[in-house]
Formats: sequence, structure tokens, C-alpha cells
Amino acid sequence: MPPGPRGMDNRKPKNTKAVIARLFGYVGKFKGRMILALVCVVIHTVANLAGSYMLRPIINNYIIEGAGLEKLAGLGMGLMVLAGIYLVNVISTYLQSRLMVTVSQSSLEAIRNDLFVKTQKLPVRYFDANATGDLMSRFTNDVDNIGMMLVNSLVSLVQGSLQLLGTLAMMIYTNIWLTLITVVFVPLFIKSAGAIGNKSRKYYREQQKALGALNGYVEESVNGQKVVKVFNHEAECIEEFSALNADLRNKQVGAQFFGGIMGPIMGNMSKICYALTAMVGGVLCALGRFDVGGLTVFVNYSNQFSFPIMNLANQVTTIFSALAGAERVFEMMDQEPEHLKDNATEVMDDIQGHVELRHVNFGYVEGKTVLKDINVEAKPGQKIAFVGSTGAGKTTITNLLNRFYDIQEGEILIDGVEIKKYNGEDLRRHIAMVLQDTHLFTGTVKENIRFGRLDATDEEVEQAARTASAHSFIMRLDHGYDTQLEGDGANLSQGQRQLLNIARAAISKAPILVLDEATSSVDTRTERHIEHGMERLMKNRTTFVIAHRLSTVRNADLICVLEHGEIIERGTHEELLAMEGRYYELYTGKKELD
Amino acid sequence: MKRWFKYVKPYAKYFILGPLLMIIEVLGEVVMPKLFANIINNGVANQNPGYVVTMGLLMIGMSVLMIVGGVGGCYFGAKASINFGADVRKDVYTKVQTFGFSNIDKFSTGSLVTRLTNDVTQIQNFTNMLLRMCLRTPGMLIGALYMAIRLNARLALVLAVIMPVMVIVMGFVLKISFPKFSKMQAMVDGLNTKVQENITNIRVVKSFVREDYEEERFRTANGNLKKAGMDAIGIIILMMPVMTLFMNLASLSVIWFGGKMVLVGTMPLGNLTAFITYIMQILSSLMMLSMIFMQLSRASASSKRLGEVLDEKVSLTDENAAHKDKLVEEGRIEFRNVGFRYYETSEKEVLIDINLTIEPGQTVGIIGSTGCGKTTLVSMIPRLYDVDRGEVLIDGINVKDYSLYNLREGVGMVLQKNVLFSGTIEKNLRWGNKNATEEEITQAAKNAQADDFIRSFSDGYQRMLDQGGTNVSGGQKQRLCIARALLKKPRILILDDSTSAVDTATEARIRQTFKGELKDSTKIIIAQRISSVKDADMIVVMDDGRITGVGTHDELLKSNEEYQEIYYSQMDKEEVTA
Repeated sequence: MPPGPRGMDNRKPKNTKAVIARLFGYVGKFKGRMILALVCVVIHTVANLAGSYMLRPIINNYIIEGAGLEKLAGLGMGLMVLAGIYLVNVISTYLQSRLMVTVSQSSLEAIRNDLFVKTQKLPVRYFDANATGDLMSRFTNDVDNIGMMLVNSLVSLVQGSLQLLGTLAMMIYTNIWLTLITVVFVPLFIKSAGAIGNKSRKYYREQQKALGALNGYVEESVNGQKVVKVFNHEAECIEEFSALNADLRNKQVGAQFFGGIMGPIMGNMSKICYALTAMVGGVLCALGRFDVGGLTVFVNYSNQFSFPIMNLANQVTTIFSALAGAERVFEMMDQEPEHLKDNATEVMDDIQGHVELRHVNFGYVEGKTVLKDINVEAKPGQKIAFVGSTGAGKTTITNLLNRFYDIQEGEILIDGVEIKKYNGEDLRRHIAMVLQDTHLFTGTVKENIRFGRLDATDEEVEQAARTASAHSFIMRLDHGYDTQLEGDGANLSQGQRQLLNIARAAISKAPILVLDEATSSVDTRTERHIEHGMERLMKNRTTFVIAHRLSTVRNADLICVLEHGEIIERGTHEELLAMEGRYYELYTGKKELD
Repeated sequence: MKRWFKYVKPYAKYFILGPLLMIIEVLGEVVMPKLFANIINNGVANQNPGYVVTMGLLMIGMSVLMIVGGVGGCYFGAKASINFGADVRKDVYTKVQTFGFSNIDKFSTGSLVTRLTNDVTQIQNFTNMLLRMCLRTPGMLIGALYMAIRLNARLALVLAVIMPVMVIVMGFVLKISFPKFSKMQAMVDGLNTKVQENITNIRVVKSFVREDYEEERFRTANGNLKKAGMDAIGIIILMMPVMTLFMNLASLSVIWFGGKMVLVGTMPLGNLTAFITYIMQILSSLMMLSMIFMQLSRASASSKRLGEVLDEKVSLTDENAAHKDKLVEEGRIEFRNVGFRYYETSEKEVLIDINLTIEPGQTVGIIGSTGCGKTTLVSMIPRLYDVDRGEVLIDGINVKDYSLYNLREGVGMVLQKNVLFSGTIEKNLRWGNKNATEEEITQAAKNAQADDFIRSFSDGYQRMLDQGGTNVSGGQKQRLCIARALLKKPRILILDDSTSAVDTATEARIRQTFKGELKDSTKIIIAQRISSVKDADMIVVMDDGRITGVGTHDELLKSNEEYQEIYYSQMDKEEVTA
């Protein structure tokens, strides 16, 4: 079947040996089954060849024109033997598939599990640096390609080679001279199969590239369809689309053509071989040098001869894409994991929530500082706010508190101990976060809130929802707390999603709370209404607030104004207004106009 | 099915030539065993080498023809199916371009994308397979059946028994396996969603230290997928052995009964061997047919999904527009008793009894809580949606009487959910006016306060934006979108909460430029912040689909409760006096 839009690709893996060895590590767990399956393959192939061969003695000895019915008993016996061989063949085919299904599905399960488990251990940096789509394709395409190979190729390789050799052996045994005809054809078969395979891989690659470009364009322009309409840009879009579509059309014809001719060319070349054999064999028979039964069997063999070659040639593509996929999967598995517990010497116990940043310097990439000499102290229960324009480094600070990223210089202390000295997981358990981008999971509302503390009771879930002022809208949903949320809560408004995020943080008992633009999509009136809830949420917790809307930070114990990674002003709301500095400008939005 | 015929027509010759050439191959396949039987029956039995050679050469010639037929069939088949697919894809895409917003909402962009990519490929592949198989498989079936019956009608009775049983068993296996495969597919989708969610939500997972919990859930889902997979594949792997068993049974009975006939001399030996070959051809054609049916069910799902797009009634057109040549000249906007709901089934209207007049050149602010209908209200102006009740007039003419092109040329709108496209910044800005001069582009960027940061990039206006503009910050993105709309020099400019990520000072500067260059254009600004609309000539306060107040800042502050509440939620009381 022709490939789908994002099917295989044919990049050769760089380190084939190591990749194969590692794949064998997975299937190796099923050594017993594999060996059994291979035994079945051998039995199946032998039975196949024997079944074809049995026709010779049957025809030669028992089916002689006009010989009368006394031969019938012998024919019956012969057929019984043949039936036995057929039965063995069928049973071994089934057993082999059955065994390999278990091997391949279990190995795939193990690979997926390992990959996922590894994913959980990777640092946030890795996810920031790699596109979600790229990571996803390892879970989907690459694992699928490995699966294709596990299911088909292993068996096909063994079976194909065995069948090839077996057929050849049987042909030699049946008639060595006729075999020569086929042997002459063999290099031709292999050459054509190889040539067609190469050609089709080349066109296939081009097709995939064109298809990728077209699909990318479709994705982008359809997703932006509303903008297209507003700007009357439909005609241009159709024009650009048509160009890509035409390009794909050209590339596809080549790919499909060369992909499709393997069968007819190989199959019919072997028909020529069959015809030649039939002719020469027929002449031999006519001259009494060969028997009819032998000829019947022989032409069948030569007719089948191209099947294993074709099969093997097809496997090349499958194997290459599987190995390339496996390489990408293993590459992800080999990423350096987070080192959260390496220096854990201190136990986090009864944390008060005293947080201090001392001379913190940080940059995501070396040499490009995002935060410069940040000094902030938060006493237990205090509310610290960071304000400033986009890109000033506000969110970065929250990334450092819970060690999503490690700082390069300076230190961050919680209750007087440097955070690197705690077990990183413990550290994160002590910090509840409400992030800028609202992220919910497929599942019920209840499950989503409970994500904050898994052992929370239903009452506690409701309590948390009330704190976040989410209770009333949840009750208005079709099934209340048991309403299913689809794909990242798409059936909720942005503001409602934020309220659920807040509820999720509210349910955790962490002594430190980080609110990163937690209410940016909640309108100011609603925000005002949830103020009490937020006060309750922040009570007795050290809170870091990042807000665009300055009205939400007014009552902070300390407001830090960030610009270009530096704290340029600090103080309470009143103090900062009195300064008439940057905060004043931001707050009133007037200064620049005067 | 009928609809697709239109796409076949332009490539009719490929559609005919492909299968016709395939028929050559089939004919060869069917005739070959007969020729071989002739060699045995006449050549070998009569010890006539000359006859054998003639037949042999005929077979070789046949094979060469078969290569030509096979390769040719493949070529035309590929050409036919690919052109077919490309045209379908183009039509679906073109159709999507004519969609109104409500059409897009109905399908969702994600589903439109899958239809254009996956579903088109699906039916394209199916067409290709069909062209190669549609004459070949039934041709082979009928041809072989014909030859078998002609060779020996009594022996062919074996087929009369085996074929129906085989078809029933095959149908049975397919029937059991279908739901199992759909179940497996659903689990694959579920698992992928799980992974995708986990990756996009990784910060949440990590900050709540839920890695183990996620692993647990993944393992369960993965284990279930494996079980479903084994279950589905477990059935389908039965297919091959069972079919082989039937073929074996058939050939055993043929040899037994046929052998008897040969022994008593009612059938020549060569015919028996030919007969066996025909039986194989017949039964393997049946298997092929079952595969075609499997593919057909997948393709028909895709065909249905594409049909839905092609058949979708475009929600709004300008076919009945009375003044197609009319341009938006002044920019006076009038809403008369407008009512609107997004879905016909919705109980409540999103806009209720809207009456509003906006004079040319005015700056109008719209404010109100989330979900109150602000965006919906302005969407009526460039006819992104059509009103259900009442009418919207621009320069005294109903918006439905303008051509959509002229109407939207006259209205510049910066959407709340705005999108930039991959390509250079300049290319993105040119969406506003593709013939704009360099000065005009720079000026628009300057007015949108975007020029400075664009110049700070090493490649300036030639900076490549990633898909969705993810390599610029939220505030920068919004300013680029504003610049893009400004370049259009629209008579009416609508900003739908388009400066939420821009800081107050920059936003103020943007608004300042409106007073200069866009002095004569009508400007409508939807905002969350009072400061964004405070200086407007007129502020519209909305609540729950209704206009609850219209006036200047000072008027509303005195008279409108909603406005007061919004105001105080944003400002300290002491500052009101400041």
C-alpha cells in the first residue's frame, strides 16, 4: 500500500549495529518464543516446499492417463500424506504468527513504556528546546515503524531466505539442467529488485518532502483561516496551495509508479522464466528425458522463485525506516535526565516558607544573561510580586525556584538551606504553581483538581474549587464535578480554565505558592469577586505573584519591578507610586504621552 | 460515489487505460496455465518437441506483454489516482476558503486539516489500489472460473462447495475483527493524546511531582493497548492459515476427483495441473477481494468526511448583494435591533436588541466582562457572521449588500486570537497590502510600535517567523498583527483585545498614532483595561449580550453601575481624583 502522509522515511541510521543490538535487547526477553517462532518458520517453509514437491510422485505414480481405478488406493494414500503436510504447514503458519504477535506487541509495549518513563525524567530544558510535534512523532511514527519491522521483517527475512534456498535446492534436486535457466535469471531478479527499490526510495523521499510541505501549509493556513478571511487573502492562499499541490502531484506520480512496478516487473519476469522452463522442460519430456510430474512441480517452483526475492527487497525499506526510528527513540532515551537528588543532604521537614534569592544570575543559553544579580527575601507568609514588561524575566524567576532550570551563579535558599541540597522532588512538592498557560488533562473536573493532591477527598476538592471561585461554574456544567474535559479543557473558556488551575494549586498543601499570570484571562470584575478566595489561598503561604495587570499586585508586601533581567525598583505599591519611577509609568500609562 | 465522478472525468483516459492494460496481465495469467496444459497434453504426450517450442514461445511472448501491461497499468493507475487526489484536495481547500466563520466553527480547524491531509491521502490510495485491482481481481476470478469450467465443468463443482464456505468464513473473520480494530485504533488515539498532554503539560506534571502518577496511568493505557492489539491481530492472523487451509482442501479434492478422471481417461493429465492453478487463482482473487472490502470501508469513511466539507452550505455569501461595486467610504456604522446566536439550537441570544450608531472618524471603546458579547458584536461589521435579527449598516447600506471583498477591504480587524504565518516579517505585514512600498511598511510598523523591535533583529524585516509566530513574544506578536492591519489603511479599524500583552505605556503610544494618521478612520477598541478606552469619543458598556450604557468616560462613571464597578476593580479609589 502506498505510504500515508507521515509514513516512513528512509534515512539510514548512523550507528546501525548499536541500534540493532539494542532492539534485540527488547525482543531478547522473548528468546524462547522467538526460537519457537523460527522453528515454526522453518517447518512452514519446509512443508511448503514438500507440499509442492509431493505432486511429482503423485502425478508420476498414481495419475496416469487411462491407467484405470486400481491406482486409486495409492492416490488416496498420496493425498493423505499431502493433507498431512498441508496441515503441518497451516498449523506452523498460525503458531508462528501467534508467537510473533506476542513478541512484537510486548516489545512495543516495553519500548513505549521505557520511552515514556524516560520522558518523565527529562529536564524542562529538553522540552523547551524540542518541538512537541517532534517528540510526539517518536512515540507515534517511530515506534510504529519499529513495530512494522518486528511484526514482518524478522520472520520475512528468515522465511524469504529459507524459501529461496529451499526452492533452489528442490529445483536442483528435481532437474539440475532446468535449474540453470532459473539461475541465469537470479542476478537479473536481484538487480531489478535493487534498482527499482532504490529508484522508488528516492522518489518516495521527494514525495514525502513535498507532502510535508503541503500538509504544513494546509495546517498553517487552515488554522489561520479566520485571519485569511479578514484580510481577503483567500485567492493568494489558493494560489500558493495550488503551487505546492502541483509539486506534490509531480513527485507522487514518480513515487507511486516506481513503488508499484516492483510487483508486475518481478512477477512477470518470473513468468518468462516459467515459460522458458516449461518450454525446455516440455521438450525434454517429449524426448523422454524428464517426467511430467517433475515438470509440473518444477514450473511451479520457478514461478514462485521471485516471491521471496520481492519479499526481501520490500523488507529493506521497512528495516531502514525502523532502524532510523529506533535510533531517534533511543536518542531520546539516552538524554541526560534531571539530577534532582544528587546533592540531597537536607530533609525538607516542617518548612516555614522563608525564601531568599541571593545574587542570582541566570541565562538559558550560556553567555546570554536573562537575570542579573537578583536579590529578594520573602519571609514566611509574605506576598512578593514581580512586575515588568514582557521579556523582562519574570517567568524565569519561577522556573528557578522549583529547579526547572538551575542557576549559574548565586544561591536560592528555602528556610536557610540552598535548594540544591534538598531532594528536588521534595522541593517541588513544597511549591504549588499556577502557570501562565493553562494546562488541563483529559478527564473529569474532579480528577483535574485532584491532580494537586491525589489523596484529597471529594469535600476537599469542592473546598478548593470554592476557594478558586470555580464552584459555581462547575455546578453549571452538565455533570458538575464529573464533567469530562476534552483536549486541554477546550470546552471551557480561558478564564474558567484558569480558575481550575487555581483550584488545583489550592488543594495542595504546599507552603510556597507561585502565581504566574494566574488570572490574566479572568476579567477584572470576576477577578475582584475572587479576591477573597485568593486571599484565603495565599494566607499562611509565601506567595510569589507575577502579573501583567498591576491591580492584582497592589497589596503585595514587596513589589519588584524587573527590566532587562534586573530589579530596577522595589517597594510597596504606595512607596513605588511615590517614587514616580518606572512603576508609576507602568501603572498610570500616562507619563510617556506627556 | 457519484460526486467523485466529476474528478475522474478530466483523467478519463488514464482511468480507462490503467485497468485495460492491467487486463492484459490478467489475460496472460489466465491463459498461461492453459498453454502449459497444452504442452503436457499435446506436446509431451505426442512427443512433439516442435509443438512444445511453439507453445513455449507463445508463453514467453505473453510474459513480455504482461510486463508491458503491468508497468503500463501501474503508470496510468498512478497518474489517474494522483491527479484525482490532487484535484479533490484542491477543491476541498478552495471550498474551505469560501467558508464563513460559522462553517469553520462547525468543523473546527483541526478537523479540517485532518480531512485535507489524511482523508485525501486515504481516498487517493484507495483509488490507486482500486485501479490496479478493480479489473484485475474480478477479471482473474471470472477468467479463471471460466477456464476451469471449460476445462472440466464437473470438477468445477468442487468450487461450488468451497467458494461459498470460504466467503462466509472470510466475512465472519472480517466482521469480528472490524470492531476489534476500531477499538484498538481508539486506544492508539487515546494513548497519543495521553503523551501529547503529558508533554505539553510537563511543567504542571513536574511542579506537582506527578511523574510516577503519570507513568502509572501511561502503563495502564499502554497495557490496555497491547491487549486490544493482541485481540485484534489475534483474529486477523487466523485469516491466512484458514484461507490456506481452504485452498489446500480445494486442491486435494481436485487432485482426488480429477485424478480419478485421468485414471479412467475422461480428462487429460495436463488439464488437471492447469485446473489446480486455476483453483489457486480463484481463491487468491477471493482473498484479494476481501482486502479491497477492508480498504473500502476505510476509504468510504474518508470519502464521507470529505463529502461533508464539499457539501457544506457556505454560511454567508455575497451572491445577493445589491451594491457589489460599492466601497466603504466614510465608515459610519449602525446596528439596528440586532440579535444573534451562534447555533440555531442555542436558547439564549449572544447579542440582544443591539442599537448603536458610530459616526465616521470616531474612536469607540467597548468594555464588559468575558463572554458578554463584545467580540461577537464587532464580528458583525465585516460580516464574519450574519445577524439573525435586525441589520447592520455601513454608510447607510446593509453589510449584506456589499461584496464581501469590498466590505472586508474597508474593515481592518485585529482578532483576539491572532495568527502570524511562517515567512518573513515583511511577508506577514504585506498581508495588509501586497503592493505596499517599503516606506509604507515601515510607517505601519512604526505606528504599531513594532519598528524598534523589528530593527533589533539582525535580519530586521527579513526575519523569518516560525509557524504561528512562536519565535516572537506575545506582545511583539500583537504589535505585528496591528501593523498588518494598519497597512491596510482601513476606513474602519477594529482592535479586539489586541494589546493585552503590550504594556500600558506602549499601548498608549499606539493609541496616540490613531489620532494622527488614522484620524478619519472609525476606530473600535475592545479592551479589558479602562485605561485603553478612557479617552475614546464614546464608550459602550456591555453585559450579557446587551448594551447597558453608552457615553464618555466621565458620563459613564457618573451614571453606569457596571462601568463604575469595572473602574474600581482596576483603580484605587484615591486615584479617581488624581
